[in-house]
Amino acid sequence: MKKLSITAEFFKGFIRENPIFCLYLGLCPALATSSSVKNALGMGLSTTAVLIASNITISMLISILRLTLNDNFFNKIQQIRIPMFIVVIASFVTVVDFVLKGYFPALSKELGLFVPLIVVNCIILGRAEAFASKNNVVLSFVDALGMGLGFTLSLSLLGTVREILGAGQFMGLSVFGENFKPAIIFVLAPGAFLTIGFLMGFFHHISSLHKKG
Amino acid sequence: MNEIGIILKIFIAVVIVNNFVLFRFLGLCPYIGVSKDTDSALGMGMAVIFVMTMASAVTWVIYNFLLIPLHIEYLIIIAFILTIATLVQIVEMIIQKTAPVLYESLGIYLPLITTNCAVLGVAMLNKDTLTGETLSFIKSVIQGFGAGVGFTLAMFLMSGIRERLELADVPQCFKGVPIAFITAGLMAMAFLGFSGML
Repeated sequence: MKKLSITAEFFKGFIRENPIFCLYLGLCPALATSSSVKNALGMGLSTTAVLIASNITISMLISILRLTLNDNFFNKIQQIRIPMFIVVIASFVTVVDFVLKGYFPALSKELGLFVPLIVVNCIILGRAEAFASKNNVVLSFVDALGMGLGFTLSLSLLGTVREILGAGQFMGLSVFGENFKPAIIFVLAPGAFLTIGFLMGFFHHISSLHKKG
Repeated sequence: MNEIGIILKIFIAVVIVNNFVLFRFLGLCPYIGVSKDTDSALGMGMAVIFVMTMASAVTWVIYNFLLIPLHIEYLIIIAFILTIATLVQIVEMIIQKTAPVLYESLGIYLPLITTNCAVLGVAMLNKDTLTGETLSFIKSVIQGFGAGVGFTLAMFLMSGIRERLELADVPQCFKGVPIAFITAGLMAMAFLGFSGML
């Protein structure tokens, strides 16, 4: 197996394999919950928590199964790995959902439908399938942390742009003073599409400049 | 208002006013991923309408006759995602056996639907509306069907535009997905015009 360094695995989620701007994964929650920085951070951190927990569990589960079962039976288990992963992920999402409802009821109400929908966030199943099922626990944890923080950062970036343009605020604090007329369209649905489109274009431009030299 | 009026209102609301893709941001991955040409967009749309209607019906039964009587409503996420995954598998097998032609055209899109958040989204919305009450069976099925139709509508319009965009002179860094999102933004703006309708 190729040797993977911990720092490289951690930082790839920020720019090179950024889940939203480069891999186009997890777009639905990214657009729906980024109308303010607070919601974006809440969603990002919830997703990160689920991602870390599921990555660690799945990595351990696969290693234990590989050690204890004989090869023939293990290969059979491999065929039903996707439903297995989904059950693990769904359990953790249930936990996060109840933690949010119990301790952050206001945030939970704002995020609403999108907390249970973390289950079908492609990032989580994608990392479980592509990384956690093939690597050891430490690397899987680092991968989940990097990807999760990369996701959180992208969401906050979207949230910052939309909140400043759409409400004239940052984290609920007024930025431009009383006379600023915010463009409300940016906190509504069309603004989300426009913002992510332009940010993606910007990211592409940066990476093409890097390639040129 | 009589029942039929309410049902019609629910249908129009999910198809146009609260369109799942352009207003609620559900099902964006296939919306961006599969909308490159009109044929595959329509194929995907048909598959989604079918699965969403079925999923609304089945999850309603599961929730009201299994989860509530046993007082295990907290297992809703696990129960629903497993139901939907199983349903997609069964639908795939049935279509493969009974209608091979349809299977040929839908084939590759069916498994993708399991991770389409719009399907789980409509199942959750059916039980958790703004008022906190559960929709009746008929209304749930109509909402599921309407959500599928709305998804197909948005997807079909988008694929038509994207076929033209292929030929347009777009700046290099906006080619592909970024320009698709900006187009979606303009479409969402147009759909926002319906918001006063209901």
